[in-house]
Amino acid sequence: MERDLTPGICELIRITSTDLPAPVEKRLQDALAGEVPGSAAYHALCSILENVEMARKDSIPVCQDTGTPIFFVRYPRAMHMMDIEGQIRQAVEMATQKSFLRPNAVHSLTGKNSGSNLGDDYFPSIHFRQMESDELVIDLLLKGGGCENVGAQYSLPDERLKAGRDLEGVRKVVLDAVFRAQGRGCAPGFLGVAVGGDRETSYAASKEVFLRGFDEENPDESLRRLEAQITREANQLGIGPMGFGGQSTVLGTKITSIHRLPASYFVTVSYMCWAYRRRRMTVSGNRVWYE
Amino acid sequence: MQVELHTPITDEEILALHAGDTVLLSGVVVTGRDAAHEWLYQNFSSPAGNPSAADCAIYAELKSYLDRGVIYHCGPVVSGLETRQYRFLSAGPTTSIRQESYQADVMRLFNLKGVIGKGGMGQNTLSYCSQSPAVYFHATGGAAVLIAKTVKEVLGVYKLEWGVPEAMWVIRVEHLPLIVTMDAHGVSLHERVREISWKELDRLIG
Repeated sequence: MERDLTPGICELIRITSTDLPAPVEKRLQDALAGEVPGSAAYHALCSILENVEMARKDSIPVCQDTGTPIFFVRYPRAMHMMDIEGQIRQAVEMATQKSFLRPNAVHSLTGKNSGSNLGDDYFPSIHFRQMESDELVIDLLLKGGGCENVGAQYSLPDERLKAGRDLEGVRKVVLDAVFRAQGRGCAPGFLGVAVGGDRETSYAASKEVFLRGFDEENPDESLRRLEAQITREANQLGIGPMGFGGQSTVLGTKITSIHRLPASYFVTVSYMCWAYRRRRMTVSGNRVWYE
Repeated sequence: MQVELHTPITDEEILALHAGDTVLLSGVVVTGRDAAHEWLYQNFSSPAGNPSAADCAIYAELKSYLDRGVIYHCGPVVSGLETRQYRFLSAGPTTSIRQESYQADVMRLFNLKGVIGKGGMGQNTLSYCSQSPAVYFHATGGAAVLIAKTVKEVLGVYKLEWGVPEAMWVIRVEHLPLIVTMDAHGVSLHERVREISWKELDRLIG
């Protein structure tokens, strides 16, 4: 690659970590309007919104847990995966030095923190896809440990929940996952759901679905209806912000369906905390822009 | 009810708190999460503990900060690592339930009057809170910049070799906003919400 994109990718990390996307902030504001003034839920949402503003103004990570940096890269024929990967890793290290990321890569056996956010081939997490396009598009998702820990995968049929291999079964297990999470995923959160796949691809797809446009409609009508129903019913659980009780537990649900084996029917739920940190960088010729 | 508290905290102040109260906390607080709780338990609570002289010295210093004090489940983003002019940039709570098996013992070691975290804790901690008395304070998860602004000074750090998030940071806070979610009267807001949501879940999928 001719250009060094390292500083540009570092900027992508800075924006993602410190400036929440406008549609997320809007949903948090709407959630605040639905809570009883003076309640614990109301206090929590006020703190959250004030915090979002402060983080943006001072360019400081919205949340101290800057999570696993998850990159989804779509790159043109003319570029090489190796070059992009090298620059992403350098940018991650640079962003850590500048305190846009907390050092988060810990050796699982020794417990040693690498200090740079660089671990093995799996950390940071980078997904590549080559495209018939001249543009390079890098999506970044920062997903913290609290919400990652409450993610869940179900193998249907699930006897305990009486969940069969259909959308009604999907609805049941997703609501069960929201109940089990309580406030621990930093509610009010967002749900990414994958139906199908194997254990690995189902988890990957449940995260990739977080890259869809906030107001983008699901092309499948049955899934579109199910998304709305799950969001509505999850809020009826009354878990509320931080699990304090309240009206807003889930601010949005996105569902994707991927092919599965005849014998398997996995439903995977990824939970994204209210600090839904996601940004996109596009490189086209000499132009670079962020959204 | 909104209450202002300052560490060290008295039993009377703790007993006056009820689940749902909002608190503004000032004074000295020490951060500690997974590594700290395990280290404290294994060296100083467990009968098999055999701490080194260096660890005993750290423990003695921690005691001076934590008697009737508060531990905070937090792994912050800190600047000034090279110059040791530490400053807290982003410092929200981490999930507390991971410390459940150690928490009551760690609270007993220091005579802690409070624990700050998020997500609430279990029956052991709740029972200890009633006996001691002590409370569990919930900080707003992810409101990390807002919380860091209340950290006026970093007084010191122990076990930085565990990495920035796991190290024990001694900080002075002013008006740290918290909500009592487990009080010294046996009430846990988390249990209450769990029961309500369980009934609703049963109605929706049962």
